[in-house]
Amino acid sequence: MNELQTILSDSVNGLLSERVTKNLVQGAEEGVWPGALWDEIEANGLTRVLVPEAQGGAGGTWADAAIVLKAAGEHVAPVPLAEAVLANWLLAEAGIDIPEGVVTLLDGDFNLEGGRVSGTAAGAPWARDAVYGVAVFGESVALVPLAGADIEPGINVAREPRDRVTLKGAAAATKPADLPRDALMLYGALIRSCQMAGALGYLSSQSVAYANERTQFGKPIGKFQAIQQQLAVLSTQAAAAGIAADHACAQLDKRVSDAAFEIAVAKIRVDDASSIATSIAHQVHGAIGFTYEHGLHFATRRLWSWRAEFGAGAEWAERLGRETISRGADALWPHVTAR
Amino acid sequence: MQPFRFDLCELPGETKGLREEIRAFLAEELARVPPVTRAQTWSGSDAEFSRKMGAKGWIGMTWPKKYGGHERSFFDRYVMLEEMLAAGAPVGAHWIGDRQSGPLLLRFGTEEQRQKILPRVAKGECYFCIGMSEPDSGSDLAATRTRADKVDGGYKVNGTKLWTSGAHTAHYMIGLFRTHLDPQNKHAGLTQFLVDLKTTDGITIRPIKDLAGNAHFNEVVFQDAFVPDDMMVGTEGGGWGQVTAELAFERSGPERYLSSFILMVEMIRELEKQGGEKGAREIGRLVAHLVTLRQMSLSVAGMLEKGENPALEASVVKDLGAIFEQDMPVRAHELLGLAPTIGEGSDYEQVLGYLTQTVPSFSLRGGTREILRGIIARGLGLR
Repeated sequence: MNELQTILSDSVNGLLSERVTKNLVQGAEEGVWPGALWDEIEANGLTRVLVPEAQGGAGGTWADAAIVLKAAGEHVAPVPLAEAVLANWLLAEAGIDIPEGVVTLLDGDFNLEGGRVSGTAAGAPWARDAVYGVAVFGESVALVPLAGADIEPGINVAREPRDRVTLKGAAAATKPADLPRDALMLYGALIRSCQMAGALGYLSSQSVAYANERTQFGKPIGKFQAIQQQLAVLSTQAAAAGIAADHACAQLDKRVSDAAFEIAVAKIRVDDASSIATSIAHQVHGAIGFTYEHGLHFATRRLWSWRAEFGAGAEWAERLGRETISRGADALWPHVTAR
Repeated sequence: MQPFRFDLCELPGETKGLREEIRAFLAEELARVPPVTRAQTWSGSDAEFSRKMGAKGWIGMTWPKKYGGHERSFFDRYVMLEEMLAAGAPVGAHWIGDRQSGPLLLRFGTEEQRQKILPRVAKGECYFCIGMSEPDSGSDLAATRTRADKVDGGYKVNGTKLWTSGAHTAHYMIGLFRTHLDPQNKHAGLTQFLVDLKTTDGITIRPIKDLAGNAHFNEVVFQDAFVPDDMMVGTEGGGWGQVTAELAFERSGPERYLSSFILMVEMIRELEKQGGEKGAREIGRLVAHLVTLRQMSLSVAGMLEKGENPALEASVVKDLGAIFEQDMPVRAHELLGLAPTIGEGSDYEQVLGYLTQTVPSFSLRGGTREILRGIIARGLGLR
């Protein structure tokens, strides 16, 4: 991390660790919009980390954004911070002014006719609380006001809002942008990978802390080799997830149009790490970690939700595998080392 | 907080030329070498190949020129290593000298030892083996019992080293012997020695066949073998600290995730032949793990280049790498269901035959999985 990144990390982690209390997350799960938290996040410019300074943002790189996104996952912030970071970046890429108010992503089946958008997104994050949605049509980005939209509330297993949004000829601001195919799914997979890497880091440190506190048979359970070996595995999985996410962000900073390979790698690797790590974290925590009272599940339920969003690891693996096989056996190593 | 950090590390652009040069060299050298032979990677030994690499300047790449080295960066060396491994080059003869015994002598050896031995290692003419394990000292390395007793002008060595890879071809062993016994502190009283295996009397080297019928490792018995004073490496009684530093080199390289790479290539070739969509998901997962492991391994190389100590990070990569390498024959079996073979069958079937039998050793050699995870757990503050 460079000096600016250290400042960014201190600021976002400081803010979220102070404000995202158990009560706040619990309240959000019951449907309360944490408006004060959101206002503070906005006031700190975190949702505009990727927006160039000329457009009112922080002018950060994806490596900088990764710090914000990992923190959002680590502290289980119950707000569409990651979604807004991506939405604002897409708007900036297209040269659309960043609006005031909550903005989310509309990943669905839409069509655009004469500047008007119709169609449905099945699981739009926090659409009920958002003022705008951002959708991508081929090579154009659209900013859609959600005021007149038909919004049916829904949730994922982490009880995060995932609403059904139906638009019938909503007026939208659209502009072309140089984006790859399936841009929303691709970059959606990247923001989720970063959030998941953050949540996995939390699982590792929280599980180690718990193992050092909890005493059985007259000593902390972390003194038992059976537990130590499991926690070692958990920490290595978290480490792998972290660098896979960082690698994809770094690639995106190098060449915007050609990071699909690394993003697929990240989502697959983070998905695998999540399956192993959530299982170990719960095993180490025992029954207390299975209660609603203990906060562990805020992270594990998010990981179980997020690993299926914007393409599960299996879906990305199939895509990556098809490309690898069609490129040919002898092209694998040159391809891996050329990037 | 995680006790280890994996910062991204990008290879400098200057390494591209070297990579191309190595690829061209390997394309010619390995043109007629079948995949099943290449699958041995760093277990495969070929003195002629080692000498050619020495002539190219690809052994001792980071060492000072006055010891026959080439004063190149750790990144150049990293590129050389991963190209050799990915192609399955027979680098085994000089591997240990280049990877750990040379660096050990640079750090702890005497000027005379360095001048006498390192230039020959760098030429690909002088090979090493590591005398650490014993019949009663495996993971518990400090239980070493082979004794080096002080006599006039040197030490008299008695005892047995076991699982000593390459002892039958090596010119020297770096042996860890007990020079002093303190029942209260078994880590004290251990000392490293250079042992000339070609000229010392009282040493018997017997091959041990592994489960596949290959003889890579050996039993080395010392019976009143005389080792002169000037062959001590480092300080008397300082062996434990020196060995710990040495093991960081042994665990940090790309060989800890690329040992099954040839099977991955042959799997893809087999799937290409079969056509259709079969196996795409499994291959995609393997690619994702391969790419991530490479980034982790590069991160360790970056730490080495900066002069940092990546002992903990190396243990993480080795543990994850062994899981990946050992998973490969399992995936191959699930995916294609073809029988592993010996001496006949397609390239894929023979490579599968070799690696299915070999992979259990990947989480034993260089520190078992359990020892590595113990090291990681200590780093996490659990021990």
